[in-house]
This record gives sequence, structure tokens and C-alpha cells, in this order.
Amino acid sequence: MMMDEVLKKINDRFGDKVLKVEKKSSRRAYVEIYPRDIVEVVRYMFKDLGLRFNIASAVDDFDKIEILYHFAYDPSGLIVSVRTMLNDKDNPSIDTVTHVMKAAWWIEREIHELFGVNFEGNQDMRRLLLPDDWPQDVYPMRKSFIVPKRDSRKE
Amino acid sequence: MSDKKSIIPIGPYHPLQEEPEFWKLIVEGEKVVDVDVRIGYNHRGIEKISESKSFDQSLFIVERICGICSSSHPIACVEAIEDICGIEVPERALYIRTITQELERIHSHMLWLGLAGHFIGYNTVFMWGWKYREPICDIMETITGNRQNYAMHKVGGVRRDIEKEHVAYILSRLDEFLKQLDMLKGAILDDPVLHARLKGVGILTKEAAIEYSALGPVARASGVDIDARRDHPYGVYRKVKWNVITQKEGDVFAKTVVRVLEMFESASIVRQCLDQMAEGPIDAKPKDIPPGEGIGVIEAPRGECFHYVKCDGSNSPVRHKIRAPTYMNFPTFRETVVGETVSDATIIMAAIDPCYCCTERAIVVDTNDKELFKAEDLIRLSQEKTRRIREKMGVK
Amino acid sequence: MGLREFVLTRSINIFHVSSGSCNNCDIEILDALTPRFDLERFGLVLVGSIKHADIMLCTGSCNRLAVPIIKKLYETMPKPGFVVVYGACGCSRGLFKDSYNTLAPLDEIIPVDAYIPGCPPKPEATIAALVKLVGKVRAGKDIRS
Repeated sequence: MMMDEVLKKINDRFGDKVLKVEKKSSRRAYVEIYPRDIVEVVRYMFKDLGLRFNIASAVDDFDKIEILYHFAYDPSGLIVSVRTMLNDKDNPSIDTVTHVMKAAWWIEREIHELFGVNFEGNQDMRRLLLPDDWPQDVYPMRKSFIVPKRDSRKE
Repeated sequence: MSDKKSIIPIGPYHPLQEEPEFWKLIVEGEKVVDVDVRIGYNHRGIEKISESKSFDQSLFIVERICGICSSSHPIACVEAIEDICGIEVPERALYIRTITQELERIHSHMLWLGLAGHFIGYNTVFMWGWKYREPICDIMETITGNRQNYAMHKVGGVRRDIEKEHVAYILSRLDEFLKQLDMLKGAILDDPVLHARLKGVGILTKEAAIEYSALGPVARASGVDIDARRDHPYGVYRKVKWNVITQKEGDVFAKTVVRVLEMFESASIVRQCLDQMAEGPIDAKPKDIPPGEGIGVIEAPRGECFHYVKCDGSNSPVRHKIRAPTYMNFPTFRETVVGETVSDATIIMAAIDPCYCCTERAIVVDTNDKELFKAEDLIRLSQEKTRRIREKMGVK
Repeated sequence: MGLREFVLTRSINIFHVSSGSCNNCDIEILDALTPRFDLERFGLVLVGSIKHADIMLCTGSCNRLAVPIIKKLYETMPKPGFVVVYGACGCSRGLFKDSYNTLAPLDEIIPVDAYIPGCPPKPEATIAALVKLVGKVRAGKDIRS
């Protein structure tokens, strides 16, 4: 299965739910969808196409938060990334995909605490990386978070 | 025993672990019934720091994500950046990248082997393993100038060339290492006690490995045939002959076999690379990084290492996502350890290769009507089990 | 050399704490104890409990979760005992000084007696540092000044 075939399958299955397909090279492609379709698309890619889940990355785009789910197809070395934009930056929220694939368990917790994205339906939203006394509603990986400078010469 | 549930706290601080974590094993008698993990003791915010550094500087940061993988992460990072701008990397540089990567794999697997030996009460293997990896450290020092943290890779090539005078020395040290590895392989894989101790323990089924997206030796030991070196070609792995080692069983013994045999493959790759390597430039000297996004996927000793870099045309990344292999392998522990006995828990944890071993720690756990085990008790239990098996078999 | 210094510098027990390091320092410490360098032949042993320790050997850039534990460990350590920081991160937080999760270098959290710089320091450096430390203690000098 080469890249064109994978993209065609996704296009055929989801039609106008796919907003944009960007084929960067023969081995890398980015597919953009609405956040509301994420579970369906992830289930199709993980279960039906048999792609392997690499990881999800969140990106702070200043006015919105973008989440990419990276999938790999190992027999021909492809990486397909599903991109979805969360426009409501004050209260970003998306459905969880942990019931589709257990592999998303930790990364959802991580994105939740570093970016403040709410994964609806995920029961386990405990802290993963940050200490327990870290203030609520402060998300260190957002661009608006500036690391406080500390004067090392102070007595 | 009674149905009293005990908690075994493991971690977070001890010398051998890659990332300090805090495990809570819930046990009933001898049986592990549940497990909980708390990580974050090692969180240094590297992704955030990387956003404030230039591309060249961020390579030094990613090198310090993990000391054992200090060649893998930089390669993944430069692969991602080269994916953005599509630089053609000179062939000699690719050879040198491959050589450092494979040497690192040998040294990492050797280290793991030593630690695994320690957990099951084979301190001889521990000392042997650590002694025999010294030639590899010496080769690394010859090539890069440091035993660890090599600072070898840059966008578009490598920083240092392998001198012609050094090749003979590297080959002779490699021979020395292989002789010892051969002996160690015999000592480990033919030992009846180890067979009794490790076979059928902590099985990760193929289905579970796929569900959790397990990577590297953990997945390959469960029969999932993935290897980023072959599937997502980088370096010169297409130009040398080597095999992907897989096993079907998925138990701890299979993971050991995969790692031991992989070391032989790695040594053979290094030898072929040194043979085939032609003279030439080692750096493409790229000028600007255009806006865009790139993904770098490489095979680190513990599994696939993933870097995603997004750039807006400035000198530093907008977003740099790093996914280390252990991140995906860790949750599989829940699948493998539940239902096993406490004395096996240590080696099952170690089999994922998060380098687990605990010394004492200062954590207060509620001890009301709950028994408290310490890590030493765990290791002691594990070592005693090996001794019992040995006695049963009449092996001294 | 008084009795105290004599007893203190015979067979030093080391307790190793990693406060969020990249693991390199930890490997090199272990490496110093395994056959090639073999610190154990001088009677230096890694112990499992801080209560047995003469030296607390700290690595890493000390992240938020580590701070209370490091403090507690130092309080628990029997005195007189020494704190040695190992590696660039331990000495000054190194590359991670701009991180949101590392607050202060180790010597602002607990009193430190000796620094072993390097990223990572070689096992030879570990041996040299410990020999120097022992020499100073035996000479009865106040090493913290």
C-alpha cells in the first residue's frame, strides 16, 4: 500500500469530512479533519487500515490549538498525520480516542496538562509529568506561558 | 496467605533507572493484582527549552534527553529538520551516523543485559556485561571524543570524521568485544536456570503489543515485525546486509534473545560500514531552514524514536515534539505484570528496559494495615527465586 | 588525623540520588564501580539507604518533584556526611537553567561540599574527586570554607 492508495482510501471513506489533504513527499502526508470526526477517523485508520499509532502532538498556533495524530504504515514506511484544529482556545475540547486504542492513554494525559486540552470521555486525567502543586489553569507548553526569569545573583 | 492487600512502592529515585518513576504495585499475597505509575520525576521541559533555542543548539538539548540514547535523539531531530528542507546529506556522513547509532545500540543492550542479570541474582552477568561494554565506550571515545554525549550530529551531516588511522583500532576492539559477547551469549542462552526463570514470564501477546503500539525489542519479541531501520530507511541501512530479529513468545526470555542477537547484527553493520565507507565531504552546510513541518523516525536501542518539528522560517522551531520509545512501551507493563508473582515483577519491569532497579527512597506511604515492601526486598525475593530454582536443578 | 576523620574516611559508603538527570552521570557512577575502574577495591560502596551513607552523591538538574525529596534525604543523612554534586546539571543546572520545571541549582537547596563538573564526568574524575575529598577530610580541613 503506497501513500496515494492510503490517501485515496481515506478520501473515499470520508468524502467531504476531509478538509484538506497535503502530500508533502512520497512518505509523509497530512490530512486535515474537523475535531468532531476524530474518533471515526482514528478508528478507521487504526483498526481498519491497520496503521500503527506513533503519537499525538499538540501545537499552539496562537489563536487556536492544533492536534496532530501521527500514524505509521510500516511495510512501506509511510507516516500519515491527521490534523485537527481546536478553535476555542479558552476551552479547547476533543473526544478521547483511548477506547479505540490504548496507546493514546498517556499522551492524552500529557496534552491535557501541558496544553490544557480537555479530552471528553477520558476518565484518567491525573497529572502525568507536572508536580501536584503546579497551579491549575497554567499550561507550560502554551506560547503565552513565559518561563519566569530568576536572578541567580540575588542574595 | 490472607486476602490483605499490600502496596509495594518502587521508586522514584535510584541509580539504575533511566527515568525516575514511582510505581505502586498492589499485591495480594504473592500475586500482583494492579499497578499504578507516576512519572514526572525527570520532567525537565525539554520541548519548551527547544523552542527558545536555535536549530543547532537544540541538538545539544535533545542529546541530553537520555544519556543512553545520546546518538539516537539527535539523529531523529536532524532527520526531522532535513525532512523540512529536503537537504541531500553526503554519503560519508550517513555512514558515520549509522556507525555511531549501531555502537550505541550495542552499548545500550549490553548495559541492559548487565542490569537484568543483577535483578535475577546473577551478579556475574552484571559485572561481565559492564566490563565488556568498555571496548565500545573506548571506540566511541576514539570516534567522538567522549564516552557519552557524543555531540556528533548536525543538520546536513556530522561534526567529525572518522580518521583513517582509527579504523584498525576500532576493528580490533570490536573483535575483542565480539569474542566476549560470544562467550556471554553461551552463558546466558544455554543456562538451564535462566530458561526456568525467564521462560513464560511476563508474556505480552501480539494483539496487546499492537493495541499498545509497543516498539523496538519489546514488540519484536512478541512477533510484531517492525524495525524503523528497515521500514523507515535512514542512514545507510539499505546498503548493508543485516536481519531483523524477531521472536514469537513475548516473554522475558524472548526479549533477552532479541537483544543479545541484535548486538551481533549491530557489530556486523559497523564492520560493513567501515569497509564500504568512501572518502568524501561530511557536511552539506545548509543555510536556512524554510517554514514547514517535518517528521524524523529512527530506531533507537529501545525502539522507534519520533521527532516532529514545526518551523516558521525563523532560526528556532515553533514546536518540537519528542516521543521516546519507552513512552509507548511503558503502559504495556500493566498487561504483562498483573497476575504474576512479586518475585517476577522486577525482571518483567526490567524487560521493557526502563532500566529498573531501586535503592532506598524517602517516600511516605500510608502504612495502615498495609504491608510495606522495599525495593531491596523485591530484589531479594527475585534473587531467592533464582537460587531455589538452581537448587532444585542441582546447579551450583 | 583524629579518630572521627579516620573512621569517616575508611570504606566510604555512597548513596546516589538522581534528581532528574539524563542518566549519563548515573551510568558513569556505576561504571566507576564495575570491574574496569573498580572503586570498590578502595572500600567505596554504593549503599541502598541514606541512613548508611557517608557521601550523598547527587546528579541531575533537580526538578520540582525532586526538591522536597532531596531536602528530606539530606535531613535523614547521618552527620557528619558530605554532599557531592556530580555533573554539569547538578553543579549549575547546566542546559536546563531556562526550564520551567527546574527551580534552583542543588547548592541552593542543600549545602554542597564538592563539585565534580563535566557532562558527564569520566569515572577517572570521580576517583580523583573522592581521593581529594578524603585527603582534605584527613588533613582536618574545614572543607566547606
